[in-house]
Amino acid sequence: MKWLLLLLMIAATITSDVLQSYEMKRAGAQSVGARGLLRIVKLIAARRFLLLAVACMAVSFFSFMALVETQPLSFAVPASAASFIFETLLAKFVLKEYIGPRRAIGTVIVMFGVILLGGS
Amino acid sequence: MIVPTEIRRESITRTYAIVLMFIALKAVGNFSLAWGMKHISDPVSANPLHYLRAMLDPAVGAGVALLLLSLLTRMALFSLADLSFVLPVTAVGYILATLIGKYFLNEVVTPQRWLGTILISIGAALVGSTTQSTTRGAP
Repeated sequence: MKWLLLLLMIAATITSDVLQSYEMKRAGAQSVGARGLLRIVKLIAARRFLLLAVACMAVSFFSFMALVETQPLSFAVPASAASFIFETLLAKFVLKEYIGPRRAIGTVIVMFGVILLGGS
Repeated sequence: MIVPTEIRRESITRTYAIVLMFIALKAVGNFSLAWGMKHISDPVSANPLHYLRAMLDPAVGAGVALLLLSLLTRMALFSLADLSFVLPVTAVGYILATLIGKYFLNEVVTPQRWLGTILISIGAALVGSTTQSTTRGAP
């Protein structure tokens, strides 16, 4: 059950993040003041990919709630970082971001960190 | 007259301010949520209603509200920086999660888990030293 919840959380997180990044880049720079956050809420209501991203976020969130109820927070939160590798690949091939050597090495180091956490 | 370097610096400062805000909101939200979920009396269940009922608990409710705010903050961050930049840089929050787990929730953190957390942080710092946005003209 622990690993199934983790898998569900990671799949939903990846889908949500890629959709959010795609749509928010299209929307242009946003602020985090009260007005800025309200504008983001309006954006969510207006763009279907953002709505889908929020639905995936909800799946990810409820999986996380179920996970932290039975597992230590210091396992649940870092283990969710497994999504980094897949998301970085999608960022390169789907979102066309430039992944230079430093960013790639940094991401690989993060992946080793995740492996260590998962094995402990 | 504002020169491009100043605009770039201002944009980087703004991005990191939002990164810090996101990390703080998420860390406190996670702590409140985890603390609340561990203290509710209902047993573990696959029923979504169980989780909706759990939100009536003040600690769980506060955790959910803070995590929702952190999600909106993160969306603003996506409008300023790459996905492949945001993910590792915000991983600094994992150190906070481990520390909160150990010192406030009395969880056992093994040396291997500490090492994993440290590696994630080093990786995050490396990525943080790269250009925040590679898909448009602004930094």
